[in-house]
Amino acid sequence: MHGSVDGVAQADLAHNAAQLRAEVKKLSFYYGTSQALKSVDLPIVDRQVTALIGASGCGKSTLLRCFNRMHDLYVGNRYEGSITLYPENLDIVGPGVDPMLVRLRIGMVFQKPNPFPKSIFDNVASGLYIRGVKTRAIVEQRVEQSLRQAALWEEVKDRLHQSAYGLSGGQQQRLCIARALAPNPGLILFDEPTSALDPIATAKIEELVDQLRLNYTIVIVTHNMQQAGRISNFTAFMHLGQMLEYAPTKQFFTAPEHPKTQEYITGRFG
Amino acid sequence: MVSQSHATAAADPFEVSEAFLKRRRLVDLTMRCILFLAASLSILVTAGIVYVLVSEAAHFFAQVSIVDFLTDTQWTPVFQEKHFGIMTLVSGTLMTSAIALIVAVPAGTILSIYLSEFAQPQVREAIKPILELISGVPTVAFGYFALLFVTPLFQTFIPGLSGFNLLVPGIVIGIMILPFIVSVSEDAMRAVPNSLREGAYALGFTRLQTSVRVVIPGAFSGITAAYILGMSRAVGETMVVAIAAGQQAKIAVNPLEGAATITAYIVQISLGDLPHGSIAYLTIFAAGLTLFVITFLFNILAFWLRRKYREVY
Repeated sequence: MHGSVDGVAQADLAHNAAQLRAEVKKLSFYYGTSQALKSVDLPIVDRQVTALIGASGCGKSTLLRCFNRMHDLYVGNRYEGSITLYPENLDIVGPGVDPMLVRLRIGMVFQKPNPFPKSIFDNVASGLYIRGVKTRAIVEQRVEQSLRQAALWEEVKDRLHQSAYGLSGGQQQRLCIARALAPNPGLILFDEPTSALDPIATAKIEELVDQLRLNYTIVIVTHNMQQAGRISNFTAFMHLGQMLEYAPTKQFFTAPEHPKTQEYITGRFG
Repeated sequence: MVSQSHATAAADPFEVSEAFLKRRRLVDLTMRCILFLAASLSILVTAGIVYVLVSEAAHFFAQVSIVDFLTDTQWTPVFQEKHFGIMTLVSGTLMTSAIALIVAVPAGTILSIYLSEFAQPQVREAIKPILELISGVPTVAFGYFALLFVTPLFQTFIPGLSGFNLLVPGIVIGIMILPFIVSVSEDAMRAVPNSLREGAYALGFTRLQTSVRVVIPGAFSGITAAYILGMSRAVGETMVVAIAAGQQAKIAVNPLEGAATITAYIVQISLGDLPHGSIAYLTIFAAGLTLFVITFLFNILAFWLRRKYREVY
Protein backbone atom coordinates (compact mmCIF):
# COMPACT_ATOMS: atom_id res chain seq x y z
CA MET A 1 0.00 0.00 0.00
CA HIS A 2 1.38 3.30 -1.03
CA GLY A 3 -0.68 5.99 0.66
CA SER A 4 0.26 9.67 0.73
CA VAL A 5 1.01 11.20 4.12
CA ASP A 6 -2.67 11.85 4.56
CA GLY A 7 -3.43 8.37 3.26
CA VAL A 8 -1.06 6.80 5.76
CA ALA A 9 -2.86 8.61 8.54
CA GLN A 10 -6.16 7.30 7.18
CA ALA A 11 -4.77 3.83 6.79
CA ASP A 12 -3.49 3.89 10.37
CA LEU A 13 -6.90 4.88 11.50
CA ALA A 14 -8.30 2.02 9.46
CA HIS A 15 -5.87 -0.37 11.09
CA ASN A 16 -7.37 0.33 14.44
CA ALA A 17 -8.87 -3.13 14.98
CA ALA A 18 -11.96 -1.77 16.71
CA GLN A 19 -13.08 -0.27 13.42
CA LEU A 20 -12.15 -3.15 11.19
CA ARG A 21 -14.64 -5.73 10.08
CA ALA A 22 -12.00 -7.82 8.35
CA GLU A 23 -8.35 -7.73 7.49
CA VAL A 24 -6.52 -9.46 4.67
CA LYS A 25 -2.88 -10.18 5.42
CA LYS A 26 -0.29 -11.56 3.01
CA LEU A 27 -2.97 -13.48 1.17
CA SER A 28 -1.82 -15.57 -1.76
CA PHE A 29 -4.15 -17.74 -3.73
CA TYR A 30 -3.47 -20.49 -6.24
CA TYR A 31 -5.71 -22.05 -8.87
CA GLY A 32 -3.83 -25.34 -8.99
CA THR A 33 -0.31 -24.21 -9.76
CA SER A 34 -1.06 -20.77 -11.15
CA GLN A 35 -0.87 -18.00 -8.60
CA ALA A 36 -3.78 -15.57 -8.84
CA LEU A 37 -3.14 -13.44 -5.74
CA LYS A 38 0.29 -12.37 -4.60
CA SER A 39 0.59 -11.50 -0.91
CA VAL A 40 -2.38 -9.15 -0.79
CA ASP A 41 -2.99 -6.87 2.21
CA LEU A 42 -6.29 -5.07 2.64
CA PRO A 43 -8.26 -3.69 5.59
CA ILE A 44 -12.06 -3.78 5.43
CA VAL A 45 -13.48 -0.95 7.52
CA ASP A 46 -16.66 -1.64 9.45
CA ARG A 47 -19.90 -0.21 8.00
CA GLN A 48 -18.15 1.24 5.01
CA VAL A 49 -18.09 0.30 1.35
CA THR A 50 -14.76 -0.94 0.04
CA ALA A 51 -14.49 -1.12 -3.72
CA LEU A 52 -12.05 -3.43 -5.50
CA ILE A 53 -11.13 -2.21 -8.96
CA GLY A 54 -8.67 -3.27 -11.61
CA ALA A 55 -8.47 -4.60 -15.14
CA SER A 56 -9.99 -7.96 -16.08
CA GLY A 57 -7.92 -10.81 -14.71
CA CYS A 58 -6.26 -8.68 -12.02
CA GLY A 59 -7.59 -10.93 -9.26
CA LYS A 60 -10.31 -8.71 -7.79
CA SER A 61 -13.07 -11.33 -8.11
CA THR A 62 -10.64 -14.02 -6.95
CA LEU A 63 -9.94 -11.96 -3.82
CA LEU A 64 -13.64 -11.41 -3.20
CA ARG A 65 -14.39 -15.11 -3.49
CA CYS A 66 -11.71 -15.86 -0.86
CA PHE A 67 -13.83 -14.03 1.71
CA ASN A 68 -16.53 -16.72 1.66
CA ARG A 69 -14.33 -19.60 0.55
CA MET A 70 -16.18 -19.94 -2.76
CA HIS A 71 -12.99 -21.38 -4.23
CA ASP A 72 -13.42 -24.46 -2.04
CA LEU A 73 -16.21 -25.65 -4.34
CA TYR A 74 -13.67 -26.50 -7.00
CA VAL A 75 -10.74 -28.84 -6.48
CA GLY A 76 -7.08 -27.90 -6.48
CA ASN A 77 -7.38 -24.38 -5.07
CA ARG A 78 -5.10 -23.23 -2.25
CA TYR A 79 -4.89 -20.27 0.10
CA GLU A 80 -1.85 -18.85 1.94
CA GLY A 81 -1.87 -16.01 4.45
CA SER A 82 -4.95 -14.92 6.35
CA ILE A 83 -8.23 -13.05 6.27
CA THR A 84 -9.30 -12.24 9.81
CA LEU A 85 -12.94 -11.54 10.48
CA TYR A 86 -13.63 -9.20 13.43
CA PRO A 87 -14.87 -9.11 16.11
CA GLU A 88 -14.91 -12.94 16.03
CA ASN A 89 -11.18 -13.06 15.27
CA LEU A 90 -11.88 -15.87 12.84
CA ASP A 91 -9.30 -16.64 10.18
CA ILE A 92 -11.56 -17.20 7.20
CA VAL A 93 -9.00 -19.06 5.10
CA GLY A 94 -7.41 -20.91 8.02
CA PRO A 95 -6.89 -24.62 7.35
CA GLY A 96 -9.13 -25.88 10.17
CA VAL A 97 -11.99 -23.48 9.48
CA ASP A 98 -15.23 -24.91 8.16
CA PRO A 99 -16.22 -23.00 5.00
CA MET A 100 -19.90 -23.47 5.90
CA LEU A 101 -19.28 -21.56 9.11
CA VAL A 102 -17.67 -18.73 7.16
CA ARG A 103 -20.54 -18.59 4.69
CA LEU A 104 -23.10 -18.42 7.48
CA ARG A 105 -21.52 -15.10 8.50
CA ILE A 106 -20.85 -13.56 5.12
CA GLY A 107 -23.41 -12.83 2.43
CA MET A 108 -22.76 -12.61 -1.30
CA VAL A 109 -24.45 -11.08 -4.31
CA PHE A 110 -23.31 -12.38 -7.66
CA GLN A 111 -22.64 -10.85 -11.03
CA LYS A 112 -25.72 -12.38 -12.62
CA PRO A 113 -28.89 -12.56 -10.53
CA ASN A 114 -29.23 -16.17 -9.36
CA PRO A 115 -32.56 -16.54 -7.56
CA PHE A 116 -33.52 -20.11 -6.70
CA PRO A 117 -36.31 -21.82 -8.65
CA LYS A 118 -38.75 -21.01 -5.86
CA SER A 119 -41.19 -18.32 -4.85
CA ILE A 120 -40.03 -14.81 -4.01
CA PHE A 121 -40.81 -15.43 -0.35
CA ASP A 122 -38.93 -18.73 -0.19
CA ASN A 123 -35.93 -17.18 -1.88
CA VAL A 124 -35.55 -14.54 0.80
CA ALA A 125 -36.41 -17.01 3.56
CA SER A 126 -34.00 -19.72 2.39
CA GLY A 127 -31.07 -18.36 4.40
CA LEU A 128 -33.28 -18.35 7.49
CA TYR A 129 -34.62 -21.86 6.92
CA ILE A 130 -31.16 -23.39 6.71
CA ARG A 131 -30.21 -21.65 9.93
CA GLY A 132 -33.09 -23.49 11.55
CA VAL A 133 -35.42 -20.49 11.87
CA LYS A 134 -38.88 -22.02 11.60
CA THR A 135 -41.21 -19.70 13.49
CA ARG A 136 -43.53 -18.40 10.80
CA ALA A 137 -43.96 -14.95 12.31
CA ILE A 138 -40.21 -14.38 12.59
CA VAL A 139 -39.57 -15.58 9.05
CA GLU A 140 -42.34 -13.37 7.66
CA GLN A 141 -41.17 -10.36 9.58
CA ARG A 142 -37.57 -10.85 8.48
CA VAL A 143 -38.52 -11.45 4.83
CA GLU A 144 -40.53 -8.24 4.75
CA GLN A 145 -37.75 -6.30 6.45
CA SER A 146 -35.13 -7.61 4.01
CA LEU A 147 -37.30 -6.90 0.99
CA ARG A 148 -37.87 -3.38 2.29
CA GLN A 149 -34.14 -2.89 2.81
CA ALA A 150 -33.60 -4.12 -0.73
CA ALA A 151 -36.20 -1.60 -1.96
CA LEU A 152 -38.25 -4.39 -3.47
CA TRP A 153 -41.12 -4.79 -1.01
CA GLU A 154 -43.55 -2.41 -2.71
CA GLU A 155 -43.04 -4.16 -6.05
CA VAL A 156 -43.49 -7.73 -4.84
CA LYS A 157 -45.67 -7.61 -1.71
CA ASP A 158 -48.73 -8.81 -3.66
CA ARG A 159 -46.98 -11.72 -5.31
CA LEU A 160 -44.66 -13.11 -2.69
CA HIS A 161 -45.66 -16.66 -3.50
CA GLN A 162 -45.11 -16.44 -7.23
CA SER A 163 -41.94 -17.69 -8.90
CA ALA A 164 -38.90 -15.45 -8.60
CA TYR A 165 -38.33 -15.94 -12.31
CA GLY A 166 -41.26 -13.70 -13.11
CA LEU A 167 -39.23 -10.69 -11.93
CA SER A 168 -37.15 -8.47 -14.19
CA GLY A 169 -33.35 -8.73 -14.08
CA GLY A 170 -33.01 -5.69 -11.83
CA GLN A 171 -35.72 -6.96 -9.50
CA GLN A 172 -34.09 -10.39 -9.40
CA GLN A 173 -30.82 -8.78 -8.38
CA ARG A 174 -32.53 -6.85 -5.59
CA LEU A 175 -34.19 -10.11 -4.56
CA CYS A 176 -30.74 -11.70 -4.33
CA ILE A 177 -29.64 -8.75 -2.19
CA ALA A 178 -32.66 -9.28 0.08
CA ARG A 179 -31.80 -12.97 0.25
CA ALA A 180 -28.25 -12.09 1.33
CA LEU A 181 -29.52 -9.55 3.89
CA ALA A 182 -32.11 -11.77 5.56
CA PRO A 183 -29.72 -13.72 7.82
CA ASN A 184 -28.12 -10.39 8.87
CA PRO A 185 -24.56 -11.14 7.74
CA GLY A 186 -21.59 -9.25 9.16
CA LEU A 187 -20.12 -8.67 5.74
CA ILE A 188 -21.67 -8.65 2.28
CA LEU A 189 -19.72 -9.31 -0.89
CA PHE A 190 -20.89 -7.86 -4.19
CA ASP A 191 -19.31 -9.32 -7.32
CA GLU A 192 -19.96 -6.79 -10.11
CA PRO A 193 -23.63 -6.73 -9.10
CA THR A 194 -24.73 -4.34 -11.83
CA SER A 195 -22.78 -5.58 -14.83
CA ALA A 196 -25.80 -7.53 -16.12
CA LEU A 197 -28.27 -4.70 -15.52
CA ASP A 198 -29.53 -1.66 -17.41
CA PRO A 199 -28.68 1.91 -16.21
CA ILE A 200 -31.94 2.41 -14.30
CA ALA A 201 -31.66 -0.89 -12.44
CA THR A 202 -27.99 -0.07 -11.82
CA ALA A 203 -28.88 3.29 -10.29
CA LYS A 204 -31.34 1.56 -7.95
CA ILE A 205 -28.76 -0.96 -6.78
CA GLU A 206 -26.19 1.80 -6.22
CA GLU A 207 -28.67 3.78 -4.17
CA LEU A 208 -29.37 0.64 -2.20
CA VAL A 209 -25.71 -0.03 -1.46
CA ASP A 210 -25.42 3.52 -0.22
CA GLN A 211 -28.19 2.91 2.31
CA LEU A 212 -27.01 -0.54 3.33
CA ARG A 213 -23.75 1.02 4.49
CA LEU A 214 -25.55 2.26 7.59
CA ASN A 215 -25.98 -1.29 8.85
CA TYR A 216 -23.67 -3.53 6.85
CA THR A 217 -20.05 -3.76 5.82
CA ILE A 218 -19.73 -4.11 2.09
CA VAL A 219 -16.98 -5.20 -0.28
CA ILE A 220 -17.82 -4.61 -3.91
CA VAL A 221 -15.96 -5.63 -7.03
CA THR A 222 -16.64 -3.36 -9.95
CA HIS A 223 -15.06 -2.70 -13.30
CA ASN A 224 -16.85 0.61 -13.47
CA MET A 225 -14.65 3.31 -11.95
CA GLN A 226 -17.46 5.85 -11.83
CA GLN A 227 -19.42 3.35 -9.80
CA ALA A 228 -16.53 2.87 -7.39
CA GLY A 229 -16.28 6.65 -7.09
CA ARG A 230 -20.00 7.04 -6.46
CA ILE A 231 -20.68 4.35 -3.91
CA SER A 232 -17.49 3.47 -2.06
CA ASN A 233 -15.67 4.97 0.90
CA PHE A 234 -12.43 3.16 0.23
CA THR A 235 -11.01 1.97 -3.05
CA ALA A 236 -8.42 -0.69 -3.62
CA PHE A 237 -6.69 -1.08 -6.96
CA MET A 238 -5.37 -4.45 -8.04
CA HIS A 239 -3.01 -5.28 -10.85
CA LEU A 240 -1.77 -8.75 -11.87
CA GLY A 241 -2.72 -10.31 -8.56
CA GLN A 242 -1.15 -7.58 -6.44
CA MET A 243 -2.69 -4.83 -4.36
CA LEU A 244 -1.15 -1.66 -5.77
CA GLU A 245 -3.04 1.03 -3.94
CA TYR A 246 -5.61 1.42 -1.20
CA ALA A 247 -6.96 4.78 -0.10
CA PRO A 248 -10.11 6.64 0.85
CA THR A 249 -12.07 6.89 -2.39
CA LYS A 250 -11.97 10.66 -2.77
CA GLN A 251 -8.23 10.73 -2.35
CA PHE A 252 -7.81 7.65 -4.52
CA PHE A 253 -9.41 9.31 -7.51
CA THR A 254 -8.05 12.82 -7.02
CA ALA A 255 -4.49 12.08 -5.98
CA PRO A 256 -3.57 8.51 -6.89
CA GLU A 257 -0.15 7.58 -5.66
CA HIS A 258 0.93 4.76 -7.92
CA PRO A 259 1.66 5.50 -11.58
CA LYS A 260 -0.28 2.38 -12.64
CA THR A 261 -3.32 3.64 -10.75
CA GLN A 262 -3.05 6.97 -12.50
CA GLU A 263 -2.89 5.24 -15.83
CA TYR A 264 -5.86 3.03 -15.02
CA ILE A 265 -8.19 5.71 -13.71
CA THR A 266 -7.37 8.05 -16.57
CA GLY A 267 -8.21 5.24 -18.95
CA ARG A 268 -4.79 4.63 -20.42
CA PHE A 269 -5.05 0.90 -19.90
CA GLY A 270 -7.57 -1.63 -18.70
CA MET B 1 -6.19 -2.40 -47.20
CA VAL B 2 -9.60 -0.81 -46.90
CA SER B 3 -9.50 0.93 -50.26
CA GLN B 4 -8.25 -2.26 -51.90
CA SER B 5 -11.21 -4.31 -50.68
CA HIS B 6 -13.52 -1.56 -51.88
CA ALA B 7 -11.91 -1.69 -55.28
CA THR B 8 -12.37 -5.44 -55.60
CA ALA B 9 -15.98 -5.16 -54.46
CA ALA B 10 -16.79 -3.59 -57.80
CA ALA B 11 -15.81 -6.76 -59.68
CA ASP B 12 -16.87 -9.08 -56.89
CA PRO B 13 -15.32 -12.52 -57.34
CA PHE B 14 -17.87 -13.83 -54.82
CA GLU B 15 -20.89 -12.50 -56.64
CA VAL B 16 -23.51 -15.22 -56.83
CA SER B 17 -25.24 -16.15 -60.04
CA GLU B 18 -28.98 -16.63 -60.41
CA ALA B 19 -28.37 -20.31 -61.23
CA PHE B 20 -26.44 -20.78 -58.01
CA LEU B 21 -29.28 -19.30 -55.97
CA LYS B 22 -31.78 -21.52 -57.76
CA ARG B 23 -29.73 -24.60 -57.08
CA ARG B 24 -29.41 -23.60 -53.45
CA ARG B 25 -33.15 -23.14 -53.10
CA LEU B 26 -33.73 -26.54 -54.68
CA VAL B 27 -31.30 -28.30 -52.33
CA ASP B 28 -32.88 -26.50 -49.42
CA LEU B 29 -36.37 -27.56 -50.46
CA THR B 30 -35.35 -31.19 -51.01
CA MET B 31 -33.66 -31.35 -47.64
CA ARG B 32 -36.70 -29.90 -45.99
CA CYS B 33 -38.93 -32.52 -47.64
CA ILE B 34 -36.62 -35.35 -46.55
CA LEU B 35 -36.53 -34.08 -42.97
CA PHE B 36 -40.28 -33.68 -42.93
CA LEU B 37 -40.76 -37.24 -44.20
CA ALA B 38 -38.42 -38.59 -41.54
CA ALA B 39 -40.35 -36.71 -38.90
CA SER B 40 -43.73 -37.85 -40.23
CA LEU B 41 -42.56 -41.47 -40.36
CA SER B 42 -42.43 -41.72 -36.58
CA ILE B 43 -45.90 -40.20 -36.30
CA LEU B 44 -47.20 -42.53 -39.04
CA VAL B 45 -45.84 -45.61 -37.28
CA THR B 46 -47.44 -44.54 -34.01
CA ALA B 47 -50.70 -43.74 -35.76
CA GLY B 48 -50.58 -47.13 -37.52
CA ILE B 49 -50.12 -48.98 -34.26
CA VAL B 50 -52.95 -47.08 -32.63
CA TYR B 51 -55.15 -47.71 -35.66
CA VAL B 52 -54.58 -51.48 -35.61
CA LEU B 53 -55.07 -51.63 -31.86
CA VAL B 54 -58.27 -49.61 -31.93
CA SER B 55 -59.81 -51.29 -34.99
CA GLU B 56 -59.16 -54.83 -33.75
CA ALA B 57 -60.22 -53.89 -30.23
CA ALA B 58 -63.44 -52.50 -31.76
CA HIS B 59 -64.26 -56.02 -33.02
CA PHE B 60 -63.64 -57.29 -29.53
CA PHE B 61 -65.90 -54.71 -27.93
CA ALA B 62 -68.61 -55.55 -30.45
CA GLN B 63 -68.82 -58.93 -28.71
CA VAL B 64 -67.96 -58.05 -25.11
CA SER B 65 -69.51 -55.12 -23.35
CA ILE B 66 -67.08 -52.53 -22.06
CA VAL B 67 -68.77 -52.62 -18.66
CA ASP B 68 -68.07 -56.36 -18.31
CA PHE B 69 -64.55 -55.74 -19.54
CA LEU B 70 -63.90 -53.22 -16.80
CA THR B 71 -65.89 -54.79 -13.94
CA ASP B 72 -65.68 -58.57 -14.31
CA THR B 73 -63.25 -60.14 -11.84
CA GLN B 74 -62.29 -63.13 -13.95
CA TRP B 75 -60.28 -63.43 -17.12
CA THR B 76 -60.90 -66.73 -18.89
CA PRO B 77 -60.97 -66.08 -22.65
CA VAL B 78 -59.97 -69.62 -23.63
CA PHE B 79 -62.19 -71.47 -21.18
CA GLN B 80 -65.63 -72.88 -21.92
CA GLU B 81 -67.18 -70.28 -19.68
CA LYS B 82 -65.63 -67.06 -20.91
CA HIS B 83 -64.98 -64.02 -18.72
CA PHE B 84 -63.22 -60.88 -19.83
CA GLY B 85 -62.39 -58.91 -16.72
CA ILE B 86 -59.29 -56.92 -17.68
CA MET B 87 -58.90 -55.59 -14.13
CA THR B 88 -57.31 -58.93 -13.19
CA LEU B 89 -54.44 -58.28 -15.58
CA VAL B 90 -54.37 -54.54 -14.84
CA SER B 91 -54.01 -55.24 -11.12
CA GLY B 92 -51.04 -57.52 -11.80
CA THR B 93 -49.40 -54.89 -13.98
CA LEU B 94 -50.01 -52.09 -11.50
CA MET B 95 -48.76 -54.23 -8.61
CA THR B 96 -45.43 -55.11 -10.26
CA SER B 97 -45.01 -51.55 -11.53
CA ALA B 98 -45.72 -50.07 -8.11
CA ILE B 99 -43.21 -52.41 -6.48
CA ALA B 100 -40.68 -51.54 -9.17
CA LEU B 101 -41.18 -47.82 -8.53
CA ILE B 102 -40.96 -48.25 -4.76
CA VAL B 103 -37.53 -49.75 -5.39
CA ALA B 104 -36.35 -47.54 -8.23
CA VAL B 105 -37.59 -44.06 -7.29
CA PRO B 106 -35.84 -43.67 -3.92
CA ALA B 107 -32.75 -45.57 -5.03
CA GLY B 108 -32.61 -43.69 -8.33
CA THR B 109 -33.08 -40.30 -6.71
CA ILE B 110 -30.47 -40.92 -4.04
CA LEU B 111 -28.02 -42.31 -6.55
CA SER B 112 -28.46 -39.40 -8.95
CA ILE B 113 -28.04 -36.84 -6.16
CA TYR B 114 -24.90 -38.67 -5.13
CA LEU B 115 -23.52 -38.80 -8.66
CA SER B 116 -24.37 -35.23 -9.56
CA GLU B 117 -23.65 -33.43 -6.27
CA PHE B 118 -21.37 -35.51 -4.09
CA ALA B 119 -19.27 -37.95 -6.09
CA GLN B 120 -15.75 -37.10 -7.17
CA PRO B 121 -15.47 -37.11 -10.96
CA GLN B 122 -13.44 -40.34 -10.89
CA VAL B 123 -16.10 -42.11 -8.83
CA ARG B 124 -18.84 -40.87 -11.13
CA GLU B 125 -16.96 -42.06 -14.20
CA ALA B 126 -16.58 -45.47 -12.58
CA ILE B 127 -20.22 -45.88 -11.50
CA LYS B 128 -21.95 -44.66 -14.64
CA PRO B 129 -20.63 -47.37 -16.99
CA ILE B 130 -21.58 -50.03 -14.43
CA LEU B 131 -25.13 -48.68 -14.36
CA GLU B 132 -25.23 -48.61 -18.14
CA LEU B 133 -24.13 -52.21 -18.08
CA ILE B 134 -27.30 -53.08 -16.16
CA SER B 135 -29.42 -51.60 -18.91
CA GLY B 136 -27.52 -53.72 -21.43
CA VAL B 137 -28.47 -57.02 -19.77
CA PRO B 138 -31.19 -58.81 -21.78
CA THR B 139 -34.51 -58.76 -19.95
CA VAL B 140 -34.84 -62.52 -20.31
CA ALA B 141 -31.75 -62.85 -18.14
CA PHE B 142 -33.42 -60.70 -15.53
CA GLY B 143 -36.48 -62.96 -15.75
CA TYR B 144 -34.52 -66.09 -14.94
CA PHE B 145 -32.51 -64.18 -12.35
CA ALA B 146 -35.83 -63.40 -10.65
CA LEU B 147 -37.24 -66.91 -10.97
CA LEU B 148 -34.20 -69.04 -10.20
CA PHE B 149 -32.10 -66.87 -7.90
CA VAL B 150 -34.00 -64.08 -6.17
CA THR B 151 -37.23 -65.97 -5.48
CA PRO B 152 -35.50 -68.96 -3.79
CA LEU B 153 -33.33 -66.49 -1.87
CA PHE B 154 -36.35 -64.54 -0.67
CA GLN B 155 -38.21 -67.74 0.19
CA THR B 156 -35.60 -68.40 2.87
CA PHE B 157 -36.82 -65.42 4.88
CA ILE B 158 -40.29 -64.63 3.53
CA PRO B 159 -42.57 -67.54 4.47
CA GLY B 160 -45.46 -68.03 2.08
CA LEU B 161 -43.66 -66.61 -0.94
CA SER B 162 -44.75 -68.77 -3.85
CA GLY B 163 -42.47 -69.82 -6.68
CA PHE B 164 -44.30 -67.46 -8.98
CA ASN B 165 -45.05 -64.14 -7.31
CA LEU B 166 -45.36 -60.43 -8.00
CA LEU B 167 -42.92 -59.20 -5.36
CA VAL B 168 -39.70 -60.50 -6.88
CA PRO B 169 -40.43 -59.53 -10.50
CA GLY B 170 -41.42 -56.08 -9.19
CA ILE B 171 -38.10 -55.68 -7.38
CA VAL B 172 -36.12 -56.99 -10.35
CA ILE B 173 -37.93 -54.62 -12.73
CA GLY B 174 -37.08 -51.85 -10.26
CA ILE B 175 -33.39 -52.73 -10.59
CA MET B 176 -33.80 -52.88 -14.36
CA ILE B 177 -35.30 -49.39 -14.67
CA LEU B 178 -32.85 -47.87 -12.17
CA PRO B 179 -30.24 -46.92 -14.80
CA PHE B 180 -32.86 -45.05 -16.85
CA ILE B 181 -34.08 -43.09 -13.87
CA VAL B 182 -30.55 -42.30 -12.70
CA SER B 183 -29.33 -41.30 -16.13
CA VAL B 184 -32.23 -38.97 -16.92
CA SER B 185 -32.50 -37.39 -13.48
CA GLU B 186 -28.76 -36.97 -13.10
CA ASP B 187 -28.66 -35.16 -16.44
CA ALA B 188 -31.45 -32.90 -15.22
CA MET B 189 -29.60 -32.17 -11.97
CA ARG B 190 -26.35 -31.44 -13.71
CA ALA B 191 -28.18 -29.04 -16.02
CA VAL B 192 -29.01 -26.87 -13.01
CA PRO B 193 -26.64 -23.93 -13.44
CA ASN B 194 -23.68 -23.64 -11.08
CA SER B 195 -24.64 -20.07 -10.31
CA LEU B 196 -27.59 -21.44 -8.30
CA ARG B 197 -25.32 -23.76 -6.35
CA GLU B 198 -22.91 -20.92 -5.63
CA GLY B 199 -25.84 -18.82 -4.45
CA ALA B 200 -26.84 -21.57 -2.07
CA TYR B 201 -23.34 -22.17 -0.74
CA ALA B 202 -22.86 -18.42 -0.27
CA LEU B 203 -25.85 -18.45 2.07
CA GLY B 204 -24.19 -21.17 4.11
CA PHE B 205 -26.11 -24.17 2.72
CA THR B 206 -24.48 -27.55 3.20
CA ARG B 207 -24.11 -29.89 0.25
CA LEU B 208 -27.19 -31.82 1.24
CA GLN B 209 -29.23 -28.65 1.72
CA THR B 210 -28.05 -27.37 -1.64
CA SER B 211 -29.07 -30.65 -3.28
CA VAL B 212 -32.46 -30.93 -1.62
CA ARG B 213 -33.49 -27.27 -1.56
CA VAL B 214 -32.00 -25.93 -4.78
CA VAL B 215 -30.88 -28.64 -7.18
CA ILE B 216 -33.90 -30.94 -6.90
CA PRO B 217 -36.48 -28.15 -7.21
CA GLY B 218 -34.49 -26.79 -10.16
CA ALA B 219 -34.37 -30.18 -11.85
CA PHE B 220 -37.87 -31.21 -10.84
CA SER B 221 -39.36 -31.43 -14.31
CA GLY B 222 -36.48 -33.57 -15.53
CA ILE B 223 -36.70 -35.81 -12.48
CA THR B 224 -40.45 -36.25 -13.02
CA ALA B 225 -39.75 -37.18 -16.61
CA ALA B 226 -37.28 -39.78 -15.34
CA TYR B 227 -39.87 -41.32 -13.02
CA ILE B 228 -42.50 -41.45 -15.75
CA LEU B 229 -40.05 -42.96 -18.20
CA GLY B 230 -39.25 -45.60 -15.60
CA MET B 231 -42.95 -46.13 -14.93
CA SER B 232 -43.70 -46.62 -18.61
CA ARG B 233 -40.94 -49.17 -18.88
CA ALA B 234 -42.13 -50.99 -15.77
CA VAL B 235 -45.71 -51.13 -17.08
CA GLY B 236 -44.56 -52.43 -20.46
CA GLU B 237 -41.94 -54.84 -19.12
CA THR B 238 -42.72 -58.31 -20.40
CA MET B 239 -40.07 -60.98 -20.05
CA VAL B 240 -39.49 -60.72 -16.30
CA VAL B 241 -43.17 -61.01 -15.45
CA ALA B 242 -43.85 -63.65 -18.11
CA ILE B 243 -41.13 -65.80 -16.59
CA ALA B 244 -41.34 -65.13 -12.87
CA ALA B 245 -44.82 -63.81 -12.06
CA GLY B 246 -46.91 -66.74 -13.20
CA GLN B 247 -49.72 -66.95 -15.72
CA GLN B 248 -52.76 -67.12 -13.53
CA ALA B 249 -55.11 -64.22 -14.23
CA LYS B 250 -56.65 -63.04 -11.01
CA ILE B 251 -57.12 -59.83 -9.06
CA ALA B 252 -53.71 -59.26 -7.50
CA VAL B 253 -53.91 -58.28 -3.86
CA ASN B 254 -51.10 -60.29 -2.32
CA PRO B 255 -47.68 -59.63 -3.85
CA LEU B 256 -46.42 -62.91 -2.42
CA GLU B 257 -48.63 -64.84 -4.83
CA GLY B 258 -48.30 -65.06 -8.56
CA ALA B 259 -50.61 -63.33 -11.03
CA ALA B 260 -50.54 -62.58 -14.74
CA THR B 261 -49.89 -59.08 -15.97
CA ILE B 262 -51.19 -57.63 -19.25
CA THR B 263 -47.88 -58.21 -20.99
CA ALA B 264 -47.46 -61.72 -19.58
CA TYR B 265 -50.94 -62.61 -20.83
CA ILE B 266 -50.21 -61.29 -24.31
CA VAL B 267 -47.07 -63.41 -24.50
CA GLN B 268 -48.88 -66.47 -23.22
CA ILE B 269 -51.83 -66.18 -25.59
CA SER B 270 -49.68 -65.27 -28.61
CA LEU B 271 -47.67 -68.46 -28.18
CA GLY B 272 -50.81 -70.57 -28.34
CA ASP B 273 -52.51 -71.70 -31.53
CA LEU B 274 -55.28 -69.19 -32.02
CA PRO B 275 -57.66 -68.96 -34.97
CA HIS B 276 -57.40 -65.51 -36.56
CA GLY B 277 -60.42 -63.40 -35.65
CA SER B 278 -61.53 -65.59 -32.74
CA ILE B 279 -62.52 -63.89 -29.53
CA ALA B 280 -59.35 -65.14 -27.77
CA TYR B 281 -57.28 -63.65 -30.60
CA LEU B 282 -59.09 -60.33 -30.24
CA THR B 283 -58.31 -60.20 -26.51
CA ILE B 284 -54.68 -59.53 -27.46
CA PHE B 285 -55.69 -56.24 -28.98
CA ALA B 286 -58.07 -55.34 -26.18
CA ALA B 287 -55.30 -56.02 -23.64
CA GLY B 288 -52.77 -54.17 -25.78
CA LEU B 289 -55.06 -51.18 -26.04
CA THR B 290 -55.50 -51.17 -22.26
CA LEU B 291 -51.73 -51.16 -21.83
CA PHE B 292 -51.47 -48.32 -24.31
CA VAL B 293 -54.12 -46.31 -22.46
CA ILE B 294 -52.31 -46.80 -19.14
CA THR B 295 -48.96 -45.58 -20.42
CA PHE B 296 -50.71 -42.78 -22.31
CA LEU B 297 -52.39 -41.60 -19.11
CA PHE B 298 -49.06 -41.60 -17.30
CA ASN B 299 -47.50 -39.60 -20.08
CA ILE B 300 -50.27 -37.04 -19.88
CA LEU B 301 -49.78 -36.89 -16.13
CA ALA B 302 -46.07 -36.33 -16.68
CA PHE B 303 -46.74 -33.62 -19.24
CA TRP B 304 -49.10 -31.86 -16.84
CA LEU B 305 -46.68 -32.18 -13.90
CA ARG B 306 -43.84 -30.81 -15.95
CA ARG B 307 -45.86 -27.83 -17.08
CA LYS B 308 -47.07 -27.14 -13.58
CA TYR B 309 -43.69 -27.38 -11.91
CA ARG B 310 -41.40 -26.34 -14.71
CA GLU B 311 -38.74 -23.90 -13.53
CA VAL B 312 -37.13 -21.72 -16.12
CA TYR B 313 -33.63 -20.56 -15.43
